[in-house]
Amino acid sequence: MGRIILDKVTKRFDGVEVIPPLDLIIEDGEFTVFVGPSGCGKSTLLRLIAGLEDVTGGHIEIDGQDVTGVAPAKRRLAMVFQSYALYPHMTVRKNIAFPLRMAKLDRAEINKKVTAAAEVLNLTDYLERRPGLLSGGQRQRVAIGRAIVREPEAFLFDEPLSNLDAALRVEMRLEIGELHKRLATTMIYVTHDQVEAMTMADRIVVLKAGNIEQVGSPLELYTKPRNTFVAGFIGSPSMNLLEGPEVAKHGAKTVGIRPEHLSISDKEGVWSGIIGVSEHLGSDTFFHVKCDAFPNPLTVRASGEVSLHYGQKVFLTPNKTYIHRFGKDGLRIA
Amino acid sequence: MARTHSPQLKMLTTFAAWSIGLMIFFPILWTILTSFKTEAQAIASPPIFVNFDWTLENYEVVRERSNYMRFLWNSIFIAGGSTLLGVLIAVPAAWSMAFVPSKRTKDILLWMLSTKMLPAVGVLYPLYLIFIELGILDTRLGLIVVLMLINLPIIVWMLYTYFKEIPGEILEAARMDGATLKAEIFYVLMPMAIPGIASTILLNVILAWNEAFWTLNLTAAKAAPLTAFIASYSSPEGLFYAKLSAASTMAIAPILILGWFSQKQLVRGLTFGAVK
Repeated sequence: MGRIILDKVTKRFDGVEVIPPLDLIIEDGEFTVFVGPSGCGKSTLLRLIAGLEDVTGGHIEIDGQDVTGVAPAKRRLAMVFQSYALYPHMTVRKNIAFPLRMAKLDRAEINKKVTAAAEVLNLTDYLERRPGLLSGGQRQRVAIGRAIVREPEAFLFDEPLSNLDAALRVEMRLEIGELHKRLATTMIYVTHDQVEAMTMADRIVVLKAGNIEQVGSPLELYTKPRNTFVAGFIGSPSMNLLEGPEVAKHGAKTVGIRPEHLSISDKEGVWSGIIGVSEHLGSDTFFHVKCDAFPNPLTVRASGEVSLHYGQKVFLTPNKTYIHRFGKDGLRIA
Repeated sequence: MARTHSPQLKMLTTFAAWSIGLMIFFPILWTILTSFKTEAQAIASPPIFVNFDWTLENYEVVRERSNYMRFLWNSIFIAGGSTLLGVLIAVPAAWSMAFVPSKRTKDILLWMLSTKMLPAVGVLYPLYLIFIELGILDTRLGLIVVLMLINLPIIVWMLYTYFKEIPGEILEAARMDGATLKAEIFYVLMPMAIPGIASTILLNVILAWNEAFWTLNLTAAKAAPLTAFIASYSSPEGLFYAKLSAASTMAIAPILILGWFSQKQLVRGLTFGAVK
């Protein structure tokens, strides 16, 4: 089974440390998402696990076996790339069969497995086509098909949906989620999109500059961000992070309050301000309110029916139960 | 928006293109024409273009005097062998330069090319002695090795440029799929680079076929290719233009035909990467 242990894994490129010593345990069967802004080292970390990059220091263990110096081909992992990385000169059938051919399975068994995978992924009608003739979503499915046929210890996904359009992305997100439920194999998924992270993950690993900022379930990260970075990164629209004399009253350097935990009224409230841009999503409306107490505008969620207009004077009231307090070092004050 | 050209401009450019084309082709055409003339007509002044007594006499003489087939086989062996050997060595070299470059990869590439800047005659003497020492003077093997070494920088350069066009992720995918290095190169890299490899082979066959310096200096009777065959008509008894032309025509015919049939491939290969 696929329990993956990273023990003080370090990576340096030309003397620049992109991953400082990092420890992480990914449990068997878990859907783990690495999320973070671009350049945070999440893809590098995935490539270290895959073996496509060599670690500078530390050890990687898969299923109790030290694979630090083992070639990618021998790690029994499957990877789905952002560019799909299909073999353009092979038909879909041959693409999916490739890992099995490399494993020297006999022809009948290969055919059986490819047919089964194609059925699961709705690719049966396209088996004799070349990847060049497929749509983005179909190519993505071929890449997934190539990964599932060999029944790996774990799946590695490197931003697999970022080349798809929005509607298809939602669809594929569900398909990958369903795949995980059915196969119950360890999956590591890299993305910069926190919505993908929140919707798909059992456990999210938030990375920044190669450091793990927090590890936890999506809701843990949402309700109890360990520091201001995680607080600002997880959630859409982002949490309002406030500073200034008004905040000091709460005994914190920074106070975080999510847009849905602020109520807006044109009559009374704690902070007064002026409405700037408003975004109407139908079900919700997001108001950007410039308050006198804070330099940056605050985002407030209200129901879709609230009708307030640009330039109107309003009052905001935070829900005290949901105030996040952070100290000078940016860490959460319990 | 597509650019529009006036008919006059179109005519002018067509005319210019044909003129340049004919100018380049003229020496070959003239050689072929001359090969059908008598010796007297071949050196006539003013030159006769087509209005001469067409004759096959020169070919007859050339065929009688020398064993064309032996030269032809030598040429095929030497050009083909040196190219295949070169590609065999260059594929792994270009693979490593394109996909696992080091800080010095660019320097190595330039250094390889710089070997082409040395006048060949500069190493003739040492090489000749080495050949005697090794007992490979006037052997096909010796020439295959020398021509391979001479063209290797070009083969590596060409393959390197083609390989650079192939996304590295596809090779990484192969590695993740359990492919060994050999499988990665044979099943993934080479099939994707077939157009590039084919034009590299074509160009190098042509270069090796036409190579005259080493083939003339390192062969005598046994391993002499078509270049030596032509040369044998140029000197001792004075110049016989018509016979020399017939020999030349016979020497370039095979490569000319090969080039004709593969020109599409050749042009596509040589402009690969430049136009996308």
